[in-house]
Amino acid sequence: MTTLAPVLSAHWDADRSWKLARYEADGGYRGLRRALGMQAADVVTMVKDSGLRGRGGAGFPTGMKWGFLPPPDGGPRYLVVNADESEPGTCKDIPLMMASPQELIEGVIITSYAIGCHHAFIYVRGEVVHVYRRLLEAAREAYEAGYLGTDVLGSGFDLELTVHAGAGAYICGEETALLDSLEGLRGQPRLKPPFPAVAGLYARPTVVNNVESIASVPGILVGGADWFTSMGTERSAGHGLFSLSGHVTRPGQYEAPLGITLRELLDMAGGVREGHELKFWTPGGSSTPIFTAEHLDVPLDYESVGKAGSMLGTRALQIFDETTSVVRAVSRWIQFYKHESCGKCTPCREGTFWLAQILARLEAGQGTSQDIDLLLDLCDNILGRAFCALGDGATSPVTSAIQYFREEFEAGTHTPADVLFPPERSSLFDYTPRRSTQLAGVHA
Amino acid sequence: MSVEHAGASAPHEHGARARVPGERHATGYDDATRARLTADSQQIVARYPQARSALLPMLHLVQAEDGYVSPRGIAFCAATLGISTAEVSAVATFYTQYKRHPNGTYTVGVCTNTLCAVMGGDAIWEELSEHLGIGHDETTPDGAITLERVECNAACDYAPVVMVNWEFFDNQTPASAVEVVDRLVEGAPVAPTRGAASVATFKETSRVLAGFPDGRADEGVGAGEATLRGTVLAKEQGWTAPSFDADERAAAAGATHGEPAAGEEQSSAERPTTTPADASPAGEQRKQKSDDAKES
Repeated sequence: MTTLAPVLSAHWDADRSWKLARYEADGGYRGLRRALGMQAADVVTMVKDSGLRGRGGAGFPTGMKWGFLPPPDGGPRYLVVNADESEPGTCKDIPLMMASPQELIEGVIITSYAIGCHHAFIYVRGEVVHVYRRLLEAAREAYEAGYLGTDVLGSGFDLELTVHAGAGAYICGEETALLDSLEGLRGQPRLKPPFPAVAGLYARPTVVNNVESIASVPGILVGGADWFTSMGTERSAGHGLFSLSGHVTRPGQYEAPLGITLRELLDMAGGVREGHELKFWTPGGSSTPIFTAEHLDVPLDYESVGKAGSMLGTRALQIFDETTSVVRAVSRWIQFYKHESCGKCTPCREGTFWLAQILARLEAGQGTSQDIDLLLDLCDNILGRAFCALGDGATSPVTSAIQYFREEFEAGTHTPADVLFPPERSSLFDYTPRRSTQLAGVHA
Repeated sequence: MSVEHAGASAPHEHGARARVPGERHATGYDDATRARLTADSQQIVARYPQARSALLPMLHLVQAEDGYVSPRGIAFCAATLGISTAEVSAVATFYTQYKRHPNGTYTVGVCTNTLCAVMGGDAIWEELSEHLGIGHDETTPDGAITLERVECNAACDYAPVVMVNWEFFDNQTPASAVEVVDRLVEGAPVAPTRGAASVATFKETSRVLAGFPDGRADEGVGAGEATLRGTVLAKEQGWTAPSFDADERAAAAGATHGEPAAGEEQSSAERPTTTPADASPAGEQRKQKSDDAKES
């Protein structure tokens, strides 16, 4: 049996866990001291050897990303932390930064040292004001203690840190859109190549990493690459936060070695809510194809989830029981993608618009017999043709839901979803729905 | 003649009121206000290697002053950063937190993305919309509350979630949400589940988002119950991550009840083979990893 392996989450329950003194008392900043005593290149090698892969969804090897930076040319290089956590279902980075922002700050300093960066940025979404307060205060404390600023801990290394609040746009989680946004522009993705490693922020070499990836670096410095690889699987090393939400008895954050299964996690979380059974779930947010009860034993590592037809993504395990209408769930997700499409490329902008229209009529029980084929055809014209991963992600719930629950979409040609699956049965509290109005998403 | 938008006579000091037909937008700031905003803007600009990066926080600053992205605020940003008002507007209209008309003192956002909606967010939305008599992106006549449907706010383990001025109100019901908005309408303080001791006004919140701390970072909890579930369970069960100390790890691997080290019998590498990668000998994997590293 796989057990939990709290590393990042080990001290979240401490009194005033967010304070620097608390973090130091629990062993914080040992990793930085070790790093500053090493050659920068050796720090990069250690993180490469650890096998740490991006925790923001794509799973790209973190150390390798750092290694892509061109040799120093005397000009600035930047580290930008992607703290724009907004993928539906994903709720790990925000609680991490609220409970223990110093984990991230220490990771930022080590990473900056490793890649030769002297001005780092944390781009946090604007819709979490208390997390922004905590980050600003954490940075202030770190400056005061000599972890940031000139001559960090007497090492001769200088580092400025700017904590920047966004203003509400899911697309800014895409790394090049995030960079445009940080430059004061509309957050729209850039054409790649050039990749950020070559021409990122202000067209300078830039590393963009997820919060959890960067926060995992201090532990690797303390324990070494072997410590990290002693958790997880051969190709998916280390610990990760698994976020259970939805129809589960005890939703929350469960930090475990990669490769744990949903069955194991559900056991820890008290199972699906009492009297109900698992119907479908997302392994890593709404942009990852849904799974069903047949996937309970798929090891939640990058390779196994990929082989089973989805993606590990952000380990955002959204659990839905048998009371939930798949058509309603997918329809609402697509309204989200339509709302958040930046409009830059036609397949995504127009495709999500039409997907939303068709799903709305299927949800209302007014679909046509051609609608399922039309949905699949639209997805076929978005996937791989959109400018960035947002468009691709939008097709995931549609195609996977049709694959596993085609009959529910067929029922959408004659029966409304809220008749087949009364929404009050899915709700966590009792209520009587007002059926006069058809609900829709944000910008309906 | 210009008319100030934020009416001082409104029941809520910072609240919005409907525009009178024919009323014009305020076209500029008085000298004292402009000097104050200029000083703030210089601080913002100083955080970045290039001035243009200051635009997003400056738009939050404008909202802290005017309660929305006002035409005079747009003109101020443009003049400060040396860009056109069209360029500022292009950015201001892209992000959902920037308001194009005077916002209420409190933005009440109900998450109606799939997970929260299914858990009860739709019911909360219906209840609040009916109770307040307004729809999405609309403001109560007294300027107290602007109601919104919001997208996923990264608190899914606390579904259904309501945000008030971007503070978390976790595990809501229609009744609890109505209680919150009733207090807001009365002008009584409300406390988020995880956040500051009480919710700040829209303008105060906007100033924090512009990067000016309000001294409230130490208020509130570090984590809610759901955040701590794994942490607490691991302590109860005695589960820990492997020791940072290699010798301790080796000792633990040798012990009867210890965790096996990587690659050893009963370690995670011994789990059922599910991918070709799992089936490959460990040594070959390590060589591959090292080759990958060299290529980069």
